[in-house]
Amino acid sequence: MKRRNAVILIVAPIVLLAGSPAYADKIFVSNERDNTVTVLDSDSLEQIKTIATGRRPRGIVTGPDKKEVFVCVGDDNAVQVIDPNTLEVVRTMDSGPDPELMDVAKDGKTIYVANEDDSMVTIMKPDTGELIIEVPVGVEPEGMRVSPDGKVTVATSESSSMAHFIDNATNELMANVLVDTRPRHAEWEPDGQNVWVSSEIGGTVSVIDGTTREVVKVIGFEIPGVSPEQIQPVGMRFSKDGKRIFVALGPANRVAVVNADTFEVEDYVLVGQRPWHLEIDPDGSRLYVANGLTNDMTVIDLETLKPLKSVPVGRLPWGIAITP
Amino acid sequence: MSFGSVLSRIAVTALLLAIPAHGYAVKNPGNGVSQQAEASQEDRKQPESKTKVDIFYLGKKYKEPIPLSLLEPILTDKGVQGARLGILDNNATARFLGVETVLHEHIVPEDGDVVAEAKKILAEGPQLIVADLEPADLLAVAELSEAKDALILNMRSADDRLRQENCRYNIVHVVPNWAMRADALAQYLVWKKWPRWMIVKGVKPEDDDYAEAIKRAAKRFGGKVVEERTYKFEAGSRRVETGHQQIQSQVPDVTRNAADRDVVFVVDTGEAFGLYFMYRTADPDPVVGTHGLTASIWHRAFEQWGGMSLQTAFDKLAERDMTERDYGGWLAVRAFGEAATRSPKKDVRSLRDYILSDKFRVAGFKGQKMTVRPWDHQLRQPVLIMGPRALVSISPQDGFLHQHFPTDTLGFDEPESACLFPESTESETTVQR
Repeated sequence: MKRRNAVILIVAPIVLLAGSPAYADKIFVSNERDNTVTVLDSDSLEQIKTIATGRRPRGIVTGPDKKEVFVCVGDDNAVQVIDPNTLEVVRTMDSGPDPELMDVAKDGKTIYVANEDDSMVTIMKPDTGELIIEVPVGVEPEGMRVSPDGKVTVATSESSSMAHFIDNATNELMANVLVDTRPRHAEWEPDGQNVWVSSEIGGTVSVIDGTTREVVKVIGFEIPGVSPEQIQPVGMRFSKDGKRIFVALGPANRVAVVNADTFEVEDYVLVGQRPWHLEIDPDGSRLYVANGLTNDMTVIDLETLKPLKSVPVGRLPWGIAITP
Repeated sequence: MSFGSVLSRIAVTALLLAIPAHGYAVKNPGNGVSQQAEASQEDRKQPESKTKVDIFYLGKKYKEPIPLSLLEPILTDKGVQGARLGILDNNATARFLGVETVLHEHIVPEDGDVVAEAKKILAEGPQLIVADLEPADLLAVAELSEAKDALILNMRSADDRLRQENCRYNIVHVVPNWAMRADALAQYLVWKKWPRWMIVKGVKPEDDDYAEAIKRAAKRFGGKVVEERTYKFEAGSRRVETGHQQIQSQVPDVTRNAADRDVVFVVDTGEAFGLYFMYRTADPDPVVGTHGLTASIWHRAFEQWGGMSLQTAFDKLAERDMTERDYGGWLAVRAFGEAATRSPKKDVRSLRDYILSDKFRVAGFKGQKMTVRPWDHQLRQPVLIMGPRALVSISPQDGFLHQHFPTDTLGFDEPESACLFPESTESETTVQR
């Protein structure tokens, strides 16, 4: 911690001088314990506002147009919508029991919600909250990702250890792929070829071919001085060019940097305690990491792969979304 | 060819490969939806099963003490309800993979012959058995010649001897033993810098066992048992008019004129007096042990790592709170289900080998994988340190280090093991990673 603070003092001014974008982005962090979303300015990393939400906010995403921020408030069985301009909750939609994570269709007209307590994926309209259909999947669904071409949604079920492929045209299951124990998150390669699934308890990431739906690679992690039980992959994001993927490792307190072509682990970046989810900024230069147990967010410079700064957010930060 | 050599070879092969779990692609989820987009929801819920795996729940209606607190219901279906939920969870996955697990409940009356029941179950070959049995019955079943190639999951007994000199190759213990529980509490107390303990134990043999485990834990982690007393107290009826007055004067007597201590370690496995110690000891002592601050693997107030979804599902099924024994039953059935999902072969011997191999892992809402210690077949797992109404901590505690698994600081680690599996002593020296 001390060492990192020292680095900030030197690096922070350089970053600011090196040319910040004309308009700062807004960073939204869901705080599971506080029932709030913290909003930060991406330039100053100062808090702009703390938005009160429903109970137990976890999954937080934006649509393709970035005009709305969706937050799953599990204990209220609802999805809330935040207007990134006014920073107010503008809609609350019944989502079925215990929504944990969700994603938005590429045309913005459909949302896919994982109902953790109910073994269902709820498919609904984001504007009216109208239910389209519920798709039964395995036990404890969580991860949810629409493919880049918008045709497929992958849902992971934690207790069943599966990645379920949903055909977005018919809302039917196309395939169910067994992966390592407790899959938490799915992330498509930007070109849509493979989908990566992180397994928290298994401690691995499975790479599944998006067409054949075969597991093509299982990636493990090894960190000197960290017990294998503490390595728990959860959140993942690809770099903008798709050449690297960043994997938050939970109690290992690190983000792994994995080469997306060779599947080799290139680096581990030390962050706060128990990083869960992360998000990359729109120009691809920084990675933001929500550290659940230290109540802060680490900012990583993606050129140097060094942490620039950790800023306080609410209690038990869970996920991150960014709007321009 | 002896079975033991086959097993050891499998174990060695698995270690050599050292590959993380494979994924299995399932192109046809067993419901034809990839072709028939219009297939109805109903079809998807009930695909045609390809493989059936039988799980036998073998129990006995032992006489159990009535809980002292009126808030705790008197239950007659502890354990088996958890097993039933485990089957539902197994089959929620099986629905996509075409592997179905089926629970067969065999629970004999208090004076029933559990060995005869086991012989019936094993008449046509080895089986997968979830044992809700006390040590003597468990060993009697495990020692049947018909049970040699079976796999029995102990979901009930905390007996330390079952993990030491009375260990059996065909038994895996999914619940923690007294030593693990005592170590879990001891680590927390030492972390708190409350190292001086006064033990007050009842007169049941299990009370002696737990007290021995506490003394062992004190030695391991730098605690000290400053005084040990035995308290003979008949619980009697839990509802008596003005009963509190006698207890109010008796408990201080039992704890008076004793050495200085930080906590009173109450050991009352028979549910006779433990509940009465809180707020009644001679000095203002925190109460830990079987009552007060306890060590367990499940509690109604536990919700972390998705645990709430298990609590909710159990409540929906059984219309009551999930007890620790229910969790044991659930975990045992899930362990078999996990093997049935991931083992390429689904026959009893293959599933048994899979659970005893280093590929096996099971998740149980504890935030980490649980694996089997090869030296005594005890499931490694974190232990909850629970207050009466909420979680206080989870052991192992930070700072108690182990070269391989932090959870191996709880209970009998490999160098302390007195277990000798006669069949495959060679592979037992290898630490499962």
